Amino acid sequence: MNQYHLSVLVNNHPGLLSKVSGLFSRRNFNIESLAVGIAEKPGCSRMTIVVNGDEAVVDQVCKQLDKLIDVIEIEVLSDQDSIQRELLLVKMDASPENRSEIIQIAEIFRAHIVDVSHHRLTLEITGQADKIKAFLDMLEPFGIRQIIRTGLIAMSRS
Amino acid sequence: MNAKITGAQAMVRALELEKIETVFGYPGAAICPFYDALLDSDLHHVLTRNEQGAAHAASGYARASGKTGVCIATSGPGATNLITGIATAYMDSIPLIAITGQVASDLIGSDSFQEVDITGATSPFTKHNYLVKSAYDLPRVFREAFYLAASGRPGPVLIDVPVDVQAQLLVFNYPETITLPGYKPNRMISETEKEKLYELLRQSQRPVICAGGGIISGHASESLIKLLSRHPMPVITTMMGIGSVPCDHPLYLGTMGSHGTFAANFALHHADLVILAGARVGNRAMGSAAEIARKAKIVHIDIDPAEIGKNIKAHLPVLSDARLALDAITAFNLKMDISQWLDQIESLRERQHNWPPEPVYKNSIYPPLLLRRLGEKAGPEAIITTEVGQNQIWAANHYPIRKPRTFISSGGMGTMGYGLPAALGVKCACPDKTVIAVSGDGSLQMSLQEMGTIKQQKLPVKILLLNNNRLGMVHEIQSLKYNRRYSQVFLEENPDFQQLAAAYGFDHAFLSDNKQIDPALDRMLESGKPYLLECRIDPHEPTLYPLRKE
Ligand SMILES: Cc1ncc(C[n+]2csc(CCOP(=O)(O)OP(=O)(O)O)c2C)c(N)n1
Ligand SMILES: [Mg+2]
Repeated sequence: MNQYHLSVLVNNHPGLLSKVSGLFSRRNFNIESLAVGIAEKPGCSRMTIVVNGDEAVVDQVCKQLDKLIDVIEIEVLSDQDSIQRELLLVKMDASPENRSEIIQIAEIFRAHIVDVSHHRLTLEITGQADKIKAFLDMLEPFGIRQIIRTGLIAMSRS
Repeated sequence: MNAKITGAQAMVRALELEKIETVFGYPGAAICPFYDALLDSDLHHVLTRNEQGAAHAASGYARASGKTGVCIATSGPGATNLITGIATAYMDSIPLIAITGQVASDLIGSDSFQEVDITGATSPFTKHNYLVKSAYDLPRVFREAFYLAASGRPGPVLIDVPVDVQAQLLVFNYPETITLPGYKPNRMISETEKEKLYELLRQSQRPVICAGGGIISGHASESLIKLLSRHPMPVITTMMGIGSVPCDHPLYLGTMGSHGTFAANFALHHADLVILAGARVGNRAMGSAAEIARKAKIVHIDIDPAEIGKNIKAHLPVLSDARLALDAITAFNLKMDISQWLDQIESLRERQHNWPPEPVYKNSIYPPLLLRRLGEKAGPEAIITTEVGQNQIWAANHYPIRKPRTFISSGGMGTMGYGLPAALGVKCACPDKTVIAVSGDGSLQMSLQEMGTIKQQKLPVKILLLNNNRLGMVHEIQSLKYNRRYSQVFLEENPDFQQLAAAYGFDHAFLSDNKQIDPALDRMLESGKPYLLECRIDPHEPTLYPLRKE
């Protein structure tokens, strides 16, 4: 099983998101993540959908998505020729003893400190999946309270 | 000229501009403005007895005429009653517009009286749907909906209109052009596809063409017949493809699949090249798709890219309108030597030809004989609809169908209760043709109330009721696969259908003697009134008969 990144340009209609997600569950396709935001064209949004499956599955996903009238364009992005990013917020238990250590790790990973209180530290990081994973692995021993991720967004290079 | 009209008037005007003449529906509070505007129009409205009947009738209308069918319902329960009809149309790719009333815009989302999220509910089985939030959108939405329903691979489109939007005023401008950047309905076989197809045909020794419903909805039947006369090769159909070649065509072997003919399935399993044309290869038609694809090269012609490669692996996908692809094959300058294959097939066909044998029993009707005689008497122009069950299989296998759009049956969904309302719609579309609903006692009682509609519309629809006092098809399955443990298949307290027919104002007769088939059919066909001919069928009558012994 492979992971595929689809970049999908859609008409920004209410109800479209439920049509897309309904399509995935109905046809037994496995979504890893789905991120959506306004696109450059007025009235349009762009979705990045990460799906797991083999080539035949992804082929069907694309064809079925394309049948939705509000789907304008679909691109399957490969790892090599696309830029991929994800944003993560992570809230840490941070006591006076380990706070500086966490800050050091954040610096190494070029993460930002976005909120701080007596016992908490919230960090923000952007990057690809492997970087985010490595970052979380490093933070794990200090006590992670909560994480939130945007889901991957991806764009072709050319 | 720029006087304002109401949303409801705009809906009626859009239907008129789309050249709709007959619509099927059922009113209620949330669609009242539309029904009020309808009074000032020449549109013919058929009041069915259940909204499901309206959807099926619109589907029958569409299938017989090749035009788009229209059904209308109120919000909530009216809309949900349409659902089975919409899904049935979706599975068989029938162009249909469903118009539903919705609660007032400011009440949407508050679980108000008769509110239901019908666009949400129908999105899995509509080609597209709309919830119209402003009357100004109505002209565009109707224009798009009719275009979407009928173009490319046809299908149902639902338009949900809140009651206040129907009352809102607008300046009506019906758009000439349509902007749907994400929609690409027109597909045409490419030059490379033609070259590859030519090569495959040239190398093939045992080709077979499998014609599906796409041949009928794509108006490709004539093209198929031309192709066969230019390059003779065996042809088989799915149930939805019945009628795409005349049943007495010398190369036609019948339907494929679990209830198809031996010759058709033999050809499919022994071919080295299978050309699927407008067939989606459902599991009923081709249970062993993977095995067939291992033995033969598969060419899959379809207008819907998502069908190609979904249920069977295609060695050559041809994304095209079926007519254009078949015409391209006809134009090939091709020398195929397949005489051995044709001889082999012909001998099988011969054995099937004079079959089934004449019946022996006394007190029940032999369905194959009944349906064959009916077809011979009713003639090639007559249109039959079927229900689901044994009656459907007997009709598909034994009624001689000679033209496209004369065999109308719920293929993909297998919806009981489809046949009678569909026949009503067919008769509205083709008032001059003989229309016969082949029915089962179980199925008839799912849409029985539409006999009232038929009577009210004064439509001389004929019902041929095959009464075995049970859910025959399920009974047959339980007999074959569940060790004759019959569970909930007996309809012992069936009503007296003769009295029932009389109550609905139908002429009627009962038939149980095979010798009386001819005169009974004559009386039914000659009657100018709605007519119910009830035939007693042996409860153990099978749908599958063994091949004639040599
Ligand atoms: C709405 C619906 N419910 C249930 C079924 C399952 N089903 C398929 S055939 C059949 C029996 C049909 O009985 P009848 O109409 O009497 O036809 P027969 O097989 O006896 O000719 C049933 C229950 C169905 N196809 N559709
Ligand atoms: Mg029955």
